[in-house]
Amino acid sequence: MSSRTNISCLQEAKRVAIFGGTHGNEMSGITLVNMWIQNSAEIERNGLVIKPFISNPRAVEKCTRYIDTDLNRAFTPENLSAPDVEGLPYEVQRAKEMNRMFGPKGSSDAYDAIFDLHNTTSNMGSTLILESSTDLFNLQMVHYIKKAMAPHTCSVLLNEHPQLKYSTTRSVAKHPIGLEVGPQPQGVLRSNVFESMRTILKHALDFIELFNSGVEFPPCTVDVFRVQERMDYPRDTNGNITAMVHPHLQDCDWEPLNRGDPMFLTFDGRTVLYEGANTVYPTFINEAAYYEKQQAFMTTCREILAANAIRKACK
Amino acid sequence: MKAVAMPTVSRVAVCGGTHGNELAGIYLVREMLKKRADGTEPVSVVTVMSNSRAAQLCVRYVETDLNRCFTRAALSAPVSETSPYEMIRSQELNALLGPKASAQAVDLLCDLHNTTANTGLCLITYSDHDWICLHICKHLKHMQFPYMLDICYAKAYLCPTSILFLSAMEIGPQPHGVVRSAIFSAMQEGVQLMMDWICQFNSGMLFEGGWVDVYTMVKNIDYPRDSETHVITAAVHPDLQDRDFCLLHPGDPMFLCFSGETLRYRGKEALYPFFINEGAYYEKGVALSLARKRRVQIPSWFVNVDEPK
Repeated sequence: MSSRTNISCLQEAKRVAIFGGTHGNEMSGITLVNMWIQNSAEIERNGLVIKPFISNPRAVEKCTRYIDTDLNRAFTPENLSAPDVEGLPYEVQRAKEMNRMFGPKGSSDAYDAIFDLHNTTSNMGSTLILESSTDLFNLQMVHYIKKAMAPHTCSVLLNEHPQLKYSTTRSVAKHPIGLEVGPQPQGVLRSNVFESMRTILKHALDFIELFNSGVEFPPCTVDVFRVQERMDYPRDTNGNITAMVHPHLQDCDWEPLNRGDPMFLTFDGRTVLYEGANTVYPTFINEAAYYEKQQAFMTTCREILAANAIRKACK
Repeated sequence: MKAVAMPTVSRVAVCGGTHGNELAGIYLVREMLKKRADGTEPVSVVTVMSNSRAAQLCVRYVETDLNRCFTRAALSAPVSETSPYEMIRSQELNALLGPKASAQAVDLLCDLHNTTANTGLCLITYSDHDWICLHICKHLKHMQFPYMLDICYAKAYLCPTSILFLSAMEIGPQPHGVVRSAIFSAMQEGVQLMMDWICQFNSGMLFEGGWVDVYTMVKNIDYPRDSETHVITAAVHPDLQDRDFCLLHPGDPMFLCFSGETLRYRGKEALYPFFINEGAYYEKGVALSLARKRRVQIPSWFVNVDEPK
């Protein structure tokens, strides 16, 4: 039950950034950001400062995920406080620079919201990625976006797992939001994926503009998939994979995986079954970039998060 | 058409990893390399990981595209330690698989590739007189996998100078750096059927001639680009995306500009698009290729063990 007093008053979100090319071969975000750097008309909103930004220009130039190390894992406290010495990996230097521009992470000077644009080879459709189950601003925003995109589905992935959570580029902001749209091969631009991402951003910026103008958003609930576990491929003693994602699991992101369901198919034709006790909802199934991170897919469980009503705080 | 007698196909090469991020061929070659030959095989198969350095890094190539290093000029150019890795490698492969006089010479080479385009299973040959390739194509129609089978008459790449017959087996769609089990299984079955054909041929079976649809490349189409920055300004139109080998008529949508405008195919002749939106071709300035289809008659085909090679 919500009462009149259960309205959270939140600070206005004045400074927003849109990052493309955090991974240099994920083409939708790179293309959108470059387009908006040339002509920002489409992303302009009243009272908002919006900065489109290419996170990893050297990787974009080479159309590769990263140069020395994954930028989207590089925003750790250790890296951000590392002294400026020669020989630092390119992405660590870049993380420090971006932390100066858009942060510092955790401080009141940090950007209010950052949208980080990604693509995946997995059949995840349009996915919004959250890092906190208690960020009311973000919860209300994804609720708004999901409603606006309907009947097109937007899934919400929540990664609050203490071990599996990672220090993302967007984590510099007070309100970090990951946009992940697939399936799209690395280095390829698919029109439908591009347009989906463009539309999601349009709705996100509309939400922020409305919020800043004083609109009150009533209490809401958001269906999310909460990250549980990383599942690796079966491997041999040399670390080479010995099986592939099973054809029954391939492309079935967000669909229930039950005990006894096929999970992997070995190169010599044997099926490996899922042995977990509970039904899980796999995602990031067969993402190209995760072979080296020892991940065939991630398991999630479904959860409903509740968010209070929110309104811009009066000065 | 008169039946044609050909010599035995004694030695076959199967190559994977010519591009180090086209994973179905790489994993298939690794599996094949695990199986030790015991000398009873009816056909001698040499299995090769063409670009192992690129495969290790899971990249298309390390310095230059290996699949473009097999021109006569590239194969005869002097190489040193400082030459691009793939230039050195192409000469090594040519020496391993090519020279007629050597005991290692192969009669047929199958180069395994994947594409991000929705091509299904394609055999690529450089000559429409490559009767073996066309016969194998006809034979592959027995496959249980619902892949369309077409042959493109494209520029010869992995083409050591003295191999009698060669083809590339291209299967898509599969993202680079990913192995999809259905694609792997299709490639495995395709290679197996090719081997079955060769064994049956070598044992004296007569293969009836007939007709095969062949797609012959006419031209490549690039993305629309900004005249100053050369950056692409459109994506392949959703109506064309994934429609490899579906006839494209004059006036059909081809590109959807970021501005919202649709660009249409302006050619006068309806042609067959293929390699639509292949990831590796952005840097080569190719959004799609266009082909003409024609029916090619192939003669009946049988082995004559006395036929000189």
